[in-house]
Amino acid sequence: MRTRKVNMIISLVTIMGGMALVVACGQRNATTVIEGDAAEQVYIAPGEYDEFYAFLSGGFSGQITVYGLPSGRLLREVPVFSQYPENGYGYSEESKPMFNTSYGFVPWDDSHHIELSQQNGEFDGRWLFVNGNNTPRIARVDLSTFETVEILEIPDVAGLHCAPFITENSEYLVSGTRFSIPIPQKDVPIDTYKENFKGLINYVSLDQDHGTMELAFQIEMPGFNYDLARNGKAVSHGWSFLTTYNSEQAHSLLEVNASQKDKDLMAIINWKKAEEYVAAGKFTERPTSYYHNLMDESTGIAHSQEMKMTRILKPEDCPEMVYFIPVPKSPHGCDVDPSGEYIVGNGKLSADMSVYSFSKIMKAIEEKNFDGEIEGIPVINYDAGLHGILQKPGLGPLHTEFDERGNAYTTFFISSEVVKWNVDNLEILDREATFYSPGHLVIPGGETRKPEGKYLVAMNKITKDRYLPTGPELAHSAQLFDISGDKMKLLLDFPTKGEPHYAQAIRADKVKPNSKKFYNIEENAHPYATLGESKTKVVREGDEVHVYMTAMRSHLAPDNIEGFKVGDKVFFHVTNLEQDWDVPHGFAIQGATNAELLVMPGQTKTLLWEPKKVGVYAFYCTDFCSALHQEMSGYARVSAKGADVPLKWGLNETLRENQEQAEKFYEQLENKSK
Amino acid sequence: MKKRILPLILLVTSLISSCGSGGGGEEKKTDTGTEIKSELPSSIQEGKGVGGITDVELSDEPNAAMVAEGQAIYDMKCASCHKLTDQRVVGPGFQGVTNRRKPEWIMNMITNTDVMLDKDPEAQKLLEECLTRMPNQNVKEKDARDILEFLRRNDLDKTGEKDGAI
Repeated sequence: MRTRKVNMIISLVTIMGGMALVVACGQRNATTVIEGDAAEQVYIAPGEYDEFYAFLSGGFSGQITVYGLPSGRLLREVPVFSQYPENGYGYSEESKPMFNTSYGFVPWDDSHHIELSQQNGEFDGRWLFVNGNNTPRIARVDLSTFETVEILEIPDVAGLHCAPFITENSEYLVSGTRFSIPIPQKDVPIDTYKENFKGLINYVSLDQDHGTMELAFQIEMPGFNYDLARNGKAVSHGWSFLTTYNSEQAHSLLEVNASQKDKDLMAIINWKKAEEYVAAGKFTERPTSYYHNLMDESTGIAHSQEMKMTRILKPEDCPEMVYFIPVPKSPHGCDVDPSGEYIVGNGKLSADMSVYSFSKIMKAIEEKNFDGEIEGIPVINYDAGLHGILQKPGLGPLHTEFDERGNAYTTFFISSEVVKWNVDNLEILDREATFYSPGHLVIPGGETRKPEGKYLVAMNKITKDRYLPTGPELAHSAQLFDISGDKMKLLLDFPTKGEPHYAQAIRADKVKPNSKKFYNIEENAHPYATLGESKTKVVREGDEVHVYMTAMRSHLAPDNIEGFKVGDKVFFHVTNLEQDWDVPHGFAIQGATNAELLVMPGQTKTLLWEPKKVGVYAFYCTDFCSALHQEMSGYARVSAKGADVPLKWGLNETLRENQEQAEKFYEQLENKSK
Repeated sequence: MKKRILPLILLVTSLISSCGSGGGGEEKKTDTGTEIKSELPSSIQEGKGVGGITDVELSDEPNAAMVAEGQAIYDMKCASCHKLTDQRVVGPGFQGVTNRRKPEWIMNMITNTDVMLDKDPEAQKLLEECLTRMPNQNVKEKDARDILEFLRRNDLDKTGEKDGAI
């Protein structure tokens, strides 16, 4: 017993020593001296614009952050899966439905992979998609407004990590379950994993005019963990490639038990074939529940719909739709080069990287060069599909992006570096240390047919030594490299928000010209819009009071309101009458238990306020708007429940007139009820 | 291009405003004053402001249909700052505006607000009074014309006079 313990300690020490060496290796250049003109290369003079937009997911922040490249300046945070007090997203009445799911109102998620819409394998700058990992969801952001306009839940999956990978004409967003679960969910012992757990690969189709998402079909797969995907392009268009781990089908201590086999699997899906099977009715309909939340463009109001049916395709009923091929141990990366011919499969726990050839895979399929099958799915012979092996490029290969010159760039998590290699001849060309442990990396267009290999951003998971310390929690760091020459060159570090997981970058001129500056007030179809100050009013409907308010620099109308009562539900519908760029108005009221509103020019937004105590409460504009911004405020008087204080409102001398108007209103109401 | 022009405009503007406040009135024509005045576009010197509107033709009687259209736009986009009386709220009251300003100036102020505030001395005087920049409400030229007609009607109703600045 004792000897065994000692042995264990020795081996632990050895492992840790080895790790220290590896880490020390990565840290050797912690104080890297940036070469002479690096600062100049990232310097964007005041008033000048960056060349690229980079969209970074926010990981556990649930959001997206937008940076300019090469400056690394933070341009904006786009709220997606988490409530955002800065502008009331998820708190305002219009946006609350965005968080509806089959689990109820879920105001947080873990956002992972950014996918920009494409046409012919190139970014078109229309929409951006991102997945919610925890409550399986996919969101769409409109790039004319940088607002989240749609969230679709994906049913019967767990940990939607493998999402939302797009096809080259934005036909589909492909996703896979990271964790297999019982389908449909049921109460079973966990150790019946092998019998009861299944994995789903999901295809969400996109309406090409509006980008609206629809769950087209799901493919039922063996109970493995589906981790990352890429879709084919050019020659391989019509196919999807997904890495899977835990082909051992373990359910406990996965770091050991799911790493037993030397090779796991890559799933290869012919989605055009799957489309044919769907058209031919080869699916089974299964009752389920998932939510589809869509923002109405003209009202700015989100609506939720519960969907109750899904279409399942089973590989055994649909021959030639799904294949497997072995991939090195515990893969995490799966990337397709710009030509569409080469597919890189990375095993995190393998020293080698397997690069597959699409044409060889097709040939192997044609010749039925299979090594058996798994649950009716043929397993392609590994060597038959292989283009070659990149031998010992580094430790812990994760993700690969490409330039337009035939090179690939792979992050190595354990040895903390980016390695540049030639895809065709598998020759290693260069390596640069990162600080430290990079996950994904991004090259503008590096996932598409048309990369722009000027810059590379590595997103690092560990940040020690890079910035002034801020307690135990540090911002993650992104590092910008110049990759235009033979050697990569570090230009800049910049801190990021949350745990940015993946990013995509697009040439600014594909997005900037379409950027909306304000909402045309003429087109505002919000049912509680107030299109002009003369139309402001306050309407009581039982315990609900609706305030039709307008905002203009520098006043809110009405600014004095009396007649609220304890227990009322007061809806402030604030319309910003401005039609000028960059003049949002804010609205906050004391005692509100949710957030503020930030209303863009021409928009209407609604804040619910439930006064609990008698008194006079101030409200005001939160976004500094003019020299008289401080004066942009007002009072709401709250009387006791049952008090006979009449409802009246006004702005300046018109308060009295409105009292008359109020009386008239009640008169009319009475006449109506007679 | 725009970026480079802007500082120039600002420079000229600041010269104009410092001149205006220091020079003390039009009679006192310093060399600098004359020089800068001659640099002003002729449309500004003519009291038409600056912008796309150079010549407005008016019928004697305000066109009723245009007045109605103009009022609807006024209600939605202008009324929160401009009253129809002579009372200043955020912006100046509209009463008598067509007797003080040429129709071109009014329409340029509505459609070319930012440039007017940066270049036109009369617009700048108003900004100094009101201390809130008039927002660009993105009013189309046709709509601005309707608003003008509505303002003429308003002046007729309130003062019995219109177009006094022509």
